[in-house]
Amino acid sequence: MSTRFEPGDRVAVRRSYPPGHIRTPHYVRGKVGVVERLCGIFGNPEELAYGRNGLPAQPLYRVRFRQDQVWPGYAGAAGDTIDIEIYEHWLEPA
Amino acid sequence: MHDGHAHPHEAPPEPDGPLSDYQLMEIAVRELLVEKGVLTADEIRQAIEAMDARSPAQGARVVARAWIDPAYKRRLLANGTAACEELGIDMGTVKLVVVENTADAHNVIVCTLCSCYPRALLGLPPDWYKSRAYRARTVREPRAVLREFGTEIPDSVAVRVHDSTADMRYLVLPARPVGTQGWSEEKLAALVTRDSMIGVALPRPA
Repeated sequence: MSTRFEPGDRVAVRRSYPPGHIRTPHYVRGKVGVVERLCGIFGNPEELAYGRNGLPAQPLYRVRFRQDQVWPGYAGAAGDTIDIEIYEHWLEPA
Repeated sequence: MHDGHAHPHEAPPEPDGPLSDYQLMEIAVRELLVEKGVLTADEIRQAIEAMDARSPAQGARVVARAWIDPAYKRRLLANGTAACEELGIDMGTVKLVVVENTADAHNVIVCTLCSCYPRALLGLPPDWYKSRAYRARTVREPRAVLREFGTEIPDSVAVRVHDSTADMRYLVLPARPVGTQGWSEEKLAALVTRDSMIGVALPRPA
């Protein structure tokens, strides 16, 4: 399977709020980060949660965000980051 | 039950209070599984015993080996699961990512969605790790949470939070304490605490 993104790519998390079992936290929806690594290809948890087979499998990436861009009024250092695993179908180029 | 320390965890439920719906469900499913011959009560007890027996000792071995052997450390950071299996640790289907503390960065692990934790390396997670308070606050204000654990990270060091939202599990590789040159792996492993591998504390000093 070919993957859409590579480490170093800037990506935006889709600003979408579908129902069901979603592993993309609300706090990063609509935020922009950088791909840190490809974790692998995994069955889609949004389907697996309902007893379906999770296919087609989706590439999963670790995406790094600056904390001061995720949280309004973040009270920490400018270099602080948060890394989150996000499935490819939740990401768009930024 | 808890004195006034500002520890981010919830009070545990009263042990003799009414059972919650989930507790009732667990008892019902477990009793049905035994009644229908799917499992025996002893098999269930053995599985609990095996889970309780695991401890952070396995994680400490991995850290001590990485401190002593730079080539092992590189392999560990590239593929955590394979490097643990090199030491004979059965990781099952777990995909492990190891993140390294350096002079520039301090890492801390959380699972906001549930309580994902590298049980094969660290045993059972502490109650505070599973609490809503830890899971909500560590992503939002990690330095304040670390401070409540007695860990102060200067602003010149970046705090990197890792939210294990999907299929990976995480282990922090703490920085090797100063003054440990020439120490054996066993002596080094004794400095590595569970909390330092979660990232809320530093390892024991030499």
